[in-house]
Parts: sequence; structure tokens; C-alpha cells
Amino acid sequence: MIETVPTRISHPTPKLDQNIMLFVRLLRAIGLKLGSASMLEAIDAAKTVGVADKDFLYHALVSCLIKRREDKALFDQAFYLFWQNPKFHERIRDLILPRIKAAGHQQEDVEPMLRRLTDALADPPDDKPTAAEDVEIDFDTEGTAADIDRLQHKDFEMMSAAEMLHAEQAIANLQPKLPRRSARRSKLSSRGQFIAMRAALQHAERQGGMVIPKFCSVITKPRPLVILCDISGSMEHYSRIMLHFIHALTSNHPQVSSFLFGTRLTNISRQMRHRDVDEAVHSVSHLVDDWAGGTRISASLEAFNQDWSRRVMGQGAITLLITDGLDRNRDDALGIHMKRLHKSTAALLWLNPLLRFDGFAPKSHSVRTIIQHVDHFLPIHSLQAMTDLTAILAKMQTRRDTKLAEWQAAARRASLAADLMPGHAKEPGYAQEREHTA
Amino acid sequence: MLAFDTVEAVQRELGSAGYIASDGLAVSLFLALAKQRALFLEGEAGVGKTEIAKMLTRVLDRDLIRLQCYEGLDINQAAYEWNYARQLVEIQAQRQSAENEKPAADNLFREDFLIERPLLRALRANPRGAPILLIDEIDRADEAFEAYLLELLSDWQISIPELGTIAAATPPIVIITSNRTREIHDALKRRCFYHWVDYPSREVEREILALKAPEAGAVLQAQVVDFVQTLRGQQLFKSPGVAETIDWAQALVELNCVALDPQIVDSTMGVLLKYQDDIGRIQGSEAARILSEVQAALVQGELSRA
Repeated sequence: MIETVPTRISHPTPKLDQNIMLFVRLLRAIGLKLGSASMLEAIDAAKTVGVADKDFLYHALVSCLIKRREDKALFDQAFYLFWQNPKFHERIRDLILPRIKAAGHQQEDVEPMLRRLTDALADPPDDKPTAAEDVEIDFDTEGTAADIDRLQHKDFEMMSAAEMLHAEQAIANLQPKLPRRSARRSKLSSRGQFIAMRAALQHAERQGGMVIPKFCSVITKPRPLVILCDISGSMEHYSRIMLHFIHALTSNHPQVSSFLFGTRLTNISRQMRHRDVDEAVHSVSHLVDDWAGGTRISASLEAFNQDWSRRVMGQGAITLLITDGLDRNRDDALGIHMKRLHKSTAALLWLNPLLRFDGFAPKSHSVRTIIQHVDHFLPIHSLQAMTDLTAILAKMQTRRDTKLAEWQAAARRASLAADLMPGHAKEPGYAQEREHTA
Repeated sequence: MLAFDTVEAVQRELGSAGYIASDGLAVSLFLALAKQRALFLEGEAGVGKTEIAKMLTRVLDRDLIRLQCYEGLDINQAAYEWNYARQLVEIQAQRQSAENEKPAADNLFREDFLIERPLLRALRANPRGAPILLIDEIDRADEAFEAYLLELLSDWQISIPELGTIAAATPPIVIITSNRTREIHDALKRRCFYHWVDYPSREVEREILALKAPEAGAVLQAQVVDFVQTLRGQQLFKSPGVAETIDWAQALVELNCVALDPQIVDSTMGVLLKYQDDIGRIQGSEAARILSEVQAALVQGELSRA
């Protein structure tokens, strides 16, 4: 592959050290994890190579500052912006910001990385409070400031673009934990239950024949996670933030498989494994072509059961089904596919943004069908709901909650009644639930 | 150490032993043998992945060393284990014979205290030639075990920390199978020739049935194969494999059945389908419909041939 060097250096300055230091700070600000050792290396490398040839300087900095392939794209843009003019701070902000700012507020499809880069540039070094505030949308400090608290409980649907950005950052800091299960391997442990003969005899050989028993205990490992996320029209306001949530889960755990469905099912696990969340979301948006369209829950679940469930559901996987459960077409096979899904997984959690309404009741046919085959039923409309979910995941209790049991009983009664009156195929609940969302 | 000269020879030899290999499989197998690399077979349950290794054993007249994978499989069960009882006895013996100032435990980790498990055994010299190592259902073992296999598959050696590296006398013929209940890491696949074992075509499946269930008459064989082939197009949760086809034909022979009828199909459905949802969908009217289609098509074929 031919490396393209995105720069030209007009005036190599004697203040090379300082410039590289500033450049490293810029890279840190846009999310690269760089220590001061890397910075010293970069300065050293730049001095060794010299600044006469911009190509050499570029590659010298790449070799010192890039540790992951995913960071390369961000680095290239930062390099381009920074080394165009050594006095970058005033100049870049003057030149680039007005254009991007205008674009950022009016046009949604501004290049996401460029946006992040200019955001980082927009925070002058002395203007720390705003940056600190961003970081402090943390779940331990909940309620310390009124607006943070408000953001915590605010519905994603009601958030402005700026608030959404804060929420996305907060999600990136979530670090969700998954329920664990005991693996069939063991590790040495002084309080273990099993004798580790090999370790004991290795010790004996070193100690001249004194056999002291060593112990080991069984290790646990996180369960695999499967996420099925609805991106149809009724979920439109949530789909972007859900992608961020899925990315946060994927980057914290190795075994996360994620799928999007509207009218058809798409596997996005590989895209979500991209380290950079903007790149991940960007590549997914190219892959999926049924955004904000209709919903075919039943057909999508059937496709999942048929093609994927045996490949990703092994080893006691937990499944998250993110959907409002509203399917215009009444499909009687939905129950069969839900049942199959439920049987293939260790626990099935239904995350429904509609659950935020106090008056929620399983009225529409599809909701009534789905609810009979889930273990947990939780809201997912706000940051607080997501935090609660991660807490539940971390110590996954298997018992079902009582409210869910009530709903399930009601749903069972209702479908029984519907079966007894076959002519009664109308859906009284659908319109009422739509009213809540409006 | 080339076992076969041509791809056709692979097919011919396996065929005479009772295994009908598709072209793709024969080529992969030929390459794996010629290039001394592992063969990675993936496919649904019951399409004859394990059977290939067994047949190869018979054709090449080698030993079969089988490692059945399961979760938690570790070095002690897969590669080697130290004989702890003998080591303890050795300590006692050394202690009794030694003077007080000498160490009482010397060289406890010697080769003669090593218990060989399948992977290590496959590396040892064998009078019948390099053995066939079948690593069965690797998707059931955890990822850590895959990583352990990497050294074996690329350099044909096993490193034992206390002893050193044990290299193969001659590389074994390695066949790895997976049911794809999870994805196997690319690093492992890279070291193998990969082949996806698919359901056989109608013609191949008839050949297989003629070999494996000759007691069933030609009519029954044709009906059974056509019925199963139609079932595979029905979007079932688990389609019947070749093993199920053979089982079904043999079961029908046991029941003294010479041709399929709706009643016998319904009562033996459990041999073909293993999920209650699938059985519920097919049993009854759907089975009768498929059967009448199959019978009509067969009659049509007879007429056009006559």
C-alpha cells in the first residue's frame, strides 16, 4: 500500500520540541492514549530524522505515536491540520472552526472525525472548566450538579444535538460489566479447593523433596453477549445512541455479537469492534440500508435463529433485545421465533424505550407475544436507565421481577382470550402506545 | 511421503473404502496430505466430518489418534501430564538413598515420568507411519486451547517447560472438525486448509445410501433421499444431515418398509428431525404433501427414462 503523506511543512522552526509537544497534546485531546515516553521518543525521532523532508518526519512520528492501526486515520487528519502551519492554534481555529461550526449545527452529516478534531481544537488550554465538565458526567457523581442530573434522566428522544454529544461521551465512560460464569479451568490460589499437583512437585524439586500441597480454584469468565437492536422508524431517535451503547459493550468485552434489524437482519459485530466509536458508527451506517424503515420483528428473529443463533449463542450467552416491540403486521409466527430465541440463550433481556411511561401495558399483539418469552423487561430511554442496566448485568439475578410476572400473566390471559375469539383480530393497544411516543 | 498421486486417486481410494468425497473435499484433502498441513473441516452436524478421518485411517492403514474437545480441555488431557504418583515415590526413594546433605529431590521432571496424551502421542515415531490426528469438535474447547494448538500446527512440536521441546518424528496428518457453535480464530484457520462440508447433492446422497444401507431397496432409497432433500429446502431450525438419512433408511428397513407412506413417515419423524418445533411443522399434512410430491417426481422420472 502506498502511504499518502497529508502535509506540507512551510517553515521548519527551531522550536521543534515545543511543536511536537503541542502536537502530542492535540492527539491526546482527540482520544489517542499517549504517555510522555511516547512524546520524548517522538521528539528524539524527529531530531534524528530531521525536518527537511516532510515524508520522513511524518513516518517518524507515525512510528512513535501510533500503536493501533485504528488510530491512523485520526492521526493523519491531525497531522494535516497541525503541520500546515506551526502557529496552528490561532490560525487553525480562525480558519477551520467557523466553517465546521456552521456545518456542525446545520448539517448532520459532517465528517465525524473532523468534528471531534475541531471540538478538541475549540477548547483553548486555559479554558479547562468545559473539558472537566465533560469528563465529570460520571455515574459516581450523579446528582452533584443540577444539569448533569437532568441529563441523566432526560429521554434520549428529547435531547438536543449538544446534549446527545454529552450523552455519547458518558456512554463511552460506562465500562459495563457482564455477568460471569465459572469456566472449567483453574488457577493457583492459596484458598483454592483443588490440589495442584504439578505446581506442588515443581516446588518440591526446588525445595529438595519437601512436598507442600499447592491449591487452585476455578476461574470465572464473562458470558458472551448477543445484542439484537431495532432500527426501524419508531426507534429512529434511539438508534444512534444505541450504537454508541453497543460500541461501549463491545470494546469492553471480547465476545459481543451485535445485530441490527429493521426489515432485515444485519450483523455488525466486526464493525463495532473498531476502536474508534465514530468510525464504527460511520461504517455501520454504510452497511445498513433499512434505517428508519418498517419493522419485521418476526422475520428478523427467524433469520437470526436460522443463521446465527447456533454460531453466537454458545457458552451460555446473554441476549439483549432492544426494540419497542411494535410491529404493524400481525405475524403469528412471532411467538414461535421468540420461544426459540428464549430457549437458545441463558437469559433474554428486553430493553424497551417505551417502558418509561407509567401507563405502559402490554396491549398490542406483538408486545404481548414478546413479553411472554423474556426474563427481564427494562427501560433504555435515558443515561440513568443504561446505568441501571449495567448494574443489573453485572450481578445478573436470574429471578424474574414481579412487575414482569404480572404483565406476562396479563399477556397470557389476553392471548388466550384472543384465541377463543378468532374474529377479534383488531389491535386496540397499538394506537394507545403510539400516542405515548408522539 | 505422498500418500496419493492425484485428486482422482483420493476420490477412488476413499470411494472403495465406502466414503463418497465431493470434488472440493478431495482437493482439500489431497493438498493437506501433499503439503503436510492440517485440514480444517467445518459443517453442520451429521455431514460426515469425523467419518473422513476414520476412512482415511483405513485407506492409508495408519493409527487414528482422536482428541475429543470439550470445554475446559487443558494440557493435562490434551498433550501430556506428569505422573505425580511416580514422582512422589521417586522423592521417597531418593530421600532414603541420599546422604543428609544431598538434595532429596533431583530431576523429578524426566521424560520417563511423562504420560503422553493424544497430541504428544501423535508426534512420536510410529512403525505404521505418521498417525492421523483427529481433533474433533474444536469449537467446544475454549479459545485458550486454540492458542495452544498454534505451535503444534505450524512447527509440529510441543514445548514442555520442564523438559524442552519435543518435535515430531514425521508430521502427523491432522484433521480438525468444527460444528461452528462459535467462530474459530483466524490464526488457527491460517495454518490449515479449510473446507466447508456441505450437504451432499441428490445423486451423491443416493450413492452414499446405496453403500451404507444396501438392504433398503432402490425404490425406498430414492424416496428417502428425495424426501430428505426436500426437507432441507424447508427452512427448518436443524436440517437433517447425511447421518440422519442413513439412520432413517436403516430404521425403515428394520420396520420392514419397502416404500414410504404418510403413516410410517409420521411415526419415524423423530429419526430425521431433532427439534420439536421442526417436527410439529412437518408432521402430518406437510409430510404427506412432500411425500406425494416426491412420489410424483419419481414416477415422472421413471416415465421419462422409459
